[in-house]
Amino acid sequence: MVSVTVEFLGGLDVIVNKQRIHQVQIDEEGVDMKRLISYIADQMITNKNDVEVFLEDGSVRPGILTLINDTDWELEGGEGYLLEDKDVISFTSTLHGG
Amino acid sequence: MEASEELRKELTALKLENARLHRELQNREREQEKRYPLSLEEFRRYGRQMIVEDTGGVSGQIKLRNAKVLVVGAGGLGCPVLPYLAGAGVGVIGIVDNDVVDTSNLHRQVLHNSTTVGMLKCESARRVLNKLNPFVEVRTHPVRLSNANAFEIFEFYDIILDATDTPLTRYLISDVAVNLGKTVVSASGLGTEGQLCILNYNNEGPCYRCFYPKPPTPTSVTSCQEGGVIGPCIGLVGTMMAVETLKLILGEYEKIGFQPFLKTYSGFPEQVLRTFRMRGKQSNCACCGQTPTVTRESIESGLIDYDAFCGSRNYDVCTSEERITVEKFEREYRTRSDSNYILLDVRPRHHYKISHLSDSHNVTVKELRDMDGELEKLQAHIPNISKDSEVVVMCRYGNDSRLATRLLIDRFGIPSVKDISGGLFKYIDKVDPSIPKY
Repeated sequence: MVSVTVEFLGGLDVIVNKQRIHQVQIDEEGVDMKRLISYIADQMITNKNDVEVFLEDGSVRPGILTLINDTDWELEGGEGYLLEDKDVISFTSTLHGG
Repeated sequence: MEASEELRKELTALKLENARLHRELQNREREQEKRYPLSLEEFRRYGRQMIVEDTGGVSGQIKLRNAKVLVVGAGGLGCPVLPYLAGAGVGVIGIVDNDVVDTSNLHRQVLHNSTTVGMLKCESARRVLNKLNPFVEVRTHPVRLSNANAFEIFEFYDIILDATDTPLTRYLISDVAVNLGKTVVSASGLGTEGQLCILNYNNEGPCYRCFYPKPPTPTSVTSCQEGGVIGPCIGLVGTMMAVETLKLILGEYEKIGFQPFLKTYSGFPEQVLRTFRMRGKQSNCACCGQTPTVTRESIESGLIDYDAFCGSRNYDVCTSEERITVEKFEREYRTRSDSNYILLDVRPRHHYKISHLSDSHNVTVKELRDMDGELEKLQAHIPNISKDSEVVVMCRYGNDSRLATRLLIDRFGIPSVKDISGGLFKYIDKVDPSIPKY
C-alpha cells in the first residue's frame, strides 16, 4: 500500500473535476509510476473522453511534464520509479502562450 | 565706422575663445573617459544597480553595456522584459515582431498604448525604450521568424529571449540557438500561470528538444487569444526573464553553477513560484545530442518543417453546403418572421456570458462531445430539439462551431444543421456592430 499526493497543474486539473491536489492511496505492493498513471486514467479521470488529454499510446501525452518530488521523472527512473509514501507526483501541461 | 570695426574684432576674439574652450572641454572629457570607463551620466543612471554587490559594480555595468540581447516577441512577456533590459543598460537590444498593436493587447502588453494601436509592436516598443535610455541601441526586426531568416538575425546577438506564443517558434528558436551556440531564456504563460527555463546554457545545458522531444498534440495547445491571460501574471514571468538575462550577462551561473530547471508561477488562488529540477542535455537529442539531425543546413534548406512537425488542428470538417455566411444567417433565419430554428452557441460559458445573440442556447463543444450522441442529454439543455429541428451553430470565430456541426449531424443524427462561417465576431463585424467583441 502506498499513499502519495498527486497534483495536476498548468490547467490539467480540468480532467480531474478541477481539483488540483489529490491524496491517492493504492492498496497494492510495488506501485510504480506506470501503475499510478493507469490508476489515474482508470479511477481518477471521471470523463473517459478526457483520458486522451492525459495519455497517448499508453504513456503521458507529449506536452505534459511529469515530476517526482519536484524533480523531472527522467532523473528518477521514469515509469519504473517505485512510489514511496508521501511522494508528491506532479503533472503539468506545458504552456505556449506569451 | 570705427565702432563696428571694434565690434567685429571683439566678435572674432570671442569666436576664437569659444573654439579654444570647446577644445578644452573635449580634452577634459577625453581625460575623464580615460580615468573612468563610463560617462558621468552613466554613473548617475546605473548607480543604484551598481551598488548592489551581486552586479559586480562598474565591471558588471560594462558587461551589460557590451551585451547584445535579442527578444523574440514584443507581447505579454516581451513588454516587461524590454524596458528592464534597456533600463539596466544592455548595450544592444534587438526586437523581432511583425505583429501590430491591437486594443486587446493593451491590458498586458504595457509598453504599447492606445495611441500606438495599429503600429508595429517592435516600433511601438522601440519608441518607449529610446526615451527610457538613450545609451541603449535598439534594433528592430519587423519580420516573422522563419527557417530562412532566423540564423541571420540571431548571429549578431549573445543571448536570445523566447517571448513568443507557439510551439512552432519555440522549437525554431531553440534549434537555431543551439546551432549558433547561444543561450536561450525561454518563458510562456496562459491564464494565471507561467513557466520559465534557460535552454542550451553555455552549450552545456539541455535544449527545448531535450525537454520536449515530441511536440504537443495540436488540440492541447491553447493561445492567449483562446484561453485568456492575466496581465500581471504573464508580466511577472516576463520580469523573471529579465532577471535571468541579467544573471547570464553578469556571469552569476559561472559562480553558482548551472542546474537545469523549470520554474512555474501560478497567480491564483495563492501566488506560488516553484522550481523543478530538470533533466540535462540528452545524448540522443535530435538537435544538441551526439548525432544531430537538426542542423543549420537542414533548418535553412527547409528540410526541418516546423509546420508539419507541430501540426495544426483540423477544423475543415464541414462541406460548403453545411456552412452559411453571416449575411445569409441574418436574411434567412434571423429576420425571417416564419423562421423556426434553434440557434446553438458553443462557446465556453464564461465567453457566452460576456455577450451573445438573443434566443440562443449555450452548449459547449466539449459538452456535446460528452453526450455521446444521445439526444435526450441534449434535450436536457434544449427541450424542443429533435432530429427534425433546423439548427444553426455559432462560436467565436467559426472553428469550434464546425466541429459541433459535425457532431450534431453525425453523432446526434440531426440532418439539418448549418455552421455560421466566421462566427459571432464576423456577425458583429458585418451585421450588428452594437454587440460587444472581446
